[in-house]
Amino acid sequence: MANKKILITSIPIVIFTALVVVFWFSLGSDPTELPSQRIGKQVPEFNLSNLHNPEEAFTHQDLPKKPFLLNVWATWCVSCHVEHPYLVKFANQYPIPIIGLNYKDVRVDALEYLNKGGDPYLFSIADEDGTLGIDLGVYGAPETFIVDGDGVIHHRYVGVIDERVWNTVILPKVKELDPSLVDVEATQ
Amino acid sequence: MKKFLLAISLLLSAQLAEAVIETYDFDNEEQEQLYYEIISELRCPKCQNQTIADSDASLSRDLRFIVQQKVKAGETKGQILNYMQERYGDFVLYDPPLQPANYILWFSPLIIFLIILVVVVIRVGRRTIDPETGDVKMNDTHSNEKGE
Repeated sequence: MANKKILITSIPIVIFTALVVVFWFSLGSDPTELPSQRIGKQVPEFNLSNLHNPEEAFTHQDLPKKPFLLNVWATWCVSCHVEHPYLVKFANQYPIPIIGLNYKDVRVDALEYLNKGGDPYLFSIADEDGTLGIDLGVYGAPETFIVDGDGVIHHRYVGVIDERVWNTVILPKVKELDPSLVDVEATQ
Repeated sequence: MKKFLLAISLLLSAQLAEAVIETYDFDNEEQEQLYYEIISELRCPKCQNQTIADSDASLSRDLRFIVQQKVKAGETKGQILNYMQERYGDFVLYDPPLQPANYILWFSPLIIFLIILVVVVIRVGRRTIDPETGDVKMNDTHSNEKGE
């Protein structure tokens, strides 16, 4: 009956090993990162004003007909201040359009911010009430959506885009969508 | 006595001030109840372990406003929860739907309970009780390891 004893004593060891494996893999994942529900779907329809000109409106039909980035930001968002210089740099360096979605912000503050820090955006949409933000499932700026030329969302990145994120996440994914970028090198 | 009452009323008002602030007008009591029912079943995407009823995050405030608008427009609870789920995923639902991805969540307690039940039945079933003395005798040779 030694077999059974071995079996019983090995149970705690098996449970312990299983827990170690589970915890080990949980360590790597960020529980605050939520999967986007919009992957594979069109950018929701919208009709919002131009940040630079409240009289003018943008709709989803004004979105670029080639792969682009949709960056959700606001002046009240601290991490966005960290991200901003990187976006200015990448916008100058790469032929990838970046559209700004100014989320629940004060227009004058946002404009002053872009004047001071530089404007990386092809154009800026003012989402004063946060309606498009909620339709996109935005829960924490900055968020960046990678969208293809047909307006379909392929990826969402939550958090600051710095050089590492650009080189390892954003650029490879945009390259997949836009074959003309094949020779574009990663930034140093 | 006056001082005592004053102290009590101060304490009570402090409690009230902690509750979430906006008051919305509803057409009838059912709508108001539905509103409170829905906001206490939605999880705040920003602040993870709070319902949008508890949370003071601006996103929760926006979502409460949307729920209020939709309740007043006569939408059902299912429609409103569906609207939120389409945008924020199962994560926003404190009562997630049954689907293959979370079978383990729903069924593991049941499976563990069944395993325990089976083990207990097997072990207890092996005992015999001497009807004269009332002594419990273990027929299972492995269970009296202490005596070995």
